[in-house]
Amino acid sequence: MIRESFAKHIKALETEIVGMSEMVIAAINHSVDTLKNQDVAEAEKIIAADSLINKKRWEIEERCINLIALQQPVATDLREIIAVLSITTDLERMGDYAEGIAKIVVMLGKEPLVKPLVDIPEMAKLATGMLKKSMEAFIKRDAEAAKTICNEDDNVDRLYDRVYHELLTCMIENPKTISKATPLIWAAHNLERIADRVTNICERIAYLSTGTMQEINVSKY
Amino acid sequence: MAEFTSKIETQGLDLFYGEFKALENINMCVPEKNVTAIIGPSGCGKSTLLRCFNRMNDLVEGIRIEGKILIDKQNILDPATDLIALRKKVGMVFQRPNVFDLSIYQNLRFGLRIHRMLNGKDAIMEAIQNGLEHVGLWDELKDNLRKNARTLSLEQQQRLCIARVIILKPQIILLDEPCSALDPISTLRIEELLRVLKQDYTLVIVTHNMQQAARVSDYTGFMYLGKLIEFGDTNQVFTNPKEKLTESYIAGHFG
Repeated sequence: MIRESFAKHIKALETEIVGMSEMVIAAINHSVDTLKNQDVAEAEKIIAADSLINKKRWEIEERCINLIALQQPVATDLREIIAVLSITTDLERMGDYAEGIAKIVVMLGKEPLVKPLVDIPEMAKLATGMLKKSMEAFIKRDAEAAKTICNEDDNVDRLYDRVYHELLTCMIENPKTISKATPLIWAAHNLERIADRVTNICERIAYLSTGTMQEINVSKY
Repeated sequence: MAEFTSKIETQGLDLFYGEFKALENINMCVPEKNVTAIIGPSGCGKSTLLRCFNRMNDLVEGIRIEGKILIDKQNILDPATDLIALRKKVGMVFQRPNVFDLSIYQNLRFGLRIHRMLNGKDAIMEAIQNGLEHVGLWDELKDNLRKNARTLSLEQQQRLCIARVIILKPQIILLDEPCSALDPISTLRIEELLRVLKQDYTLVIVTHNMQQAARVSDYTGFMYLGKLIEFGDTNQVFTNPKEKLTESYIAGHFG
């Protein structure tokens, strides 16, 4: 390896991005747990901690900018840095979605939920699973795995449809539930968007390994 | 800029070639055990400045220097400075590898002899091995130390020149366009070597090649018409220079 120190920079960038994805996964899981348990105090902690994810995004961007300015990357090296810049933006936005769920928890307070949460935690499980797998595909530069992960987005979409219709029915049957059911639709929608963001990441992985920019998944929403 | 210990510090340094002022009021601190790059267009004074650091300019006729150059807080412009000791402490590598028309072994032993540094074959051999290992040449050359150094590739010759400097245990290594005679791959390999060497030495490199300065250095000074326009962390100089002139030069708007 001629440019050993550059390779180390790239490796460090990968470690950083995986680290950021772990922060996001923790925030998503945590936010859905607080929703399930209606734990307002914990939700407030998630809201406060979002700034750490935002900070991480700027740190990663700065690394990328410095590498472009100082190391003149080309070919795969350049694509990797461009991919990382895009991925870090998606991750940051996923962190905002988790924060959004935490804000819903604060809004709902201790009032009993309109229905027990089953599908929403399942959506979180699927979306975070997709994100985790996407990071493995990123490290391995595995475009095929990235495409397969995108297919899982349909499962998240289906669950969202179900939650949406269930809550809609609930509101039609009893309009008094509107104020409590609508925020749950928002929470489900945030999770649906998180999975969509994972498909963006997967498109970047495909770009990184093949050099082709292509939309893999067109979301229903 | 991060805090650092200065190895070299210039204070109000002016240099005249006869009436021509080649350096004007240079105030600069070179951080210890880092790579500092000096960039700027041809004739801006960067090589002249570099040569001040081991008083190589003394050999130029009609030269006059004012101000101070402190190395480890000692003013090397003081007439009492021991130049031999100074040049041992501050080694230099040039544009074209200047190996002597001697064997690899003799090239490396040369400085040791001049400076009467080591006695005994074993001690010399150990120093030579150590020097070649430092520059990543030992494995390639250990069985051919009697070979004439001029038969080596240019990259190997340049590495050998660096080893010849290192063997004298300097603290500072000045490099004047050390890669300009090398192909791009050899250049990248020498750059990797500089990154290793900075752990033990303070390196100052003068280069026309801005991309090289960006890749290899921790700190960058930009010179123009004999003045130091900007000096700072390389990240900062290449992403957000303070001076408009620096920005115009590194962005390729003039030069």
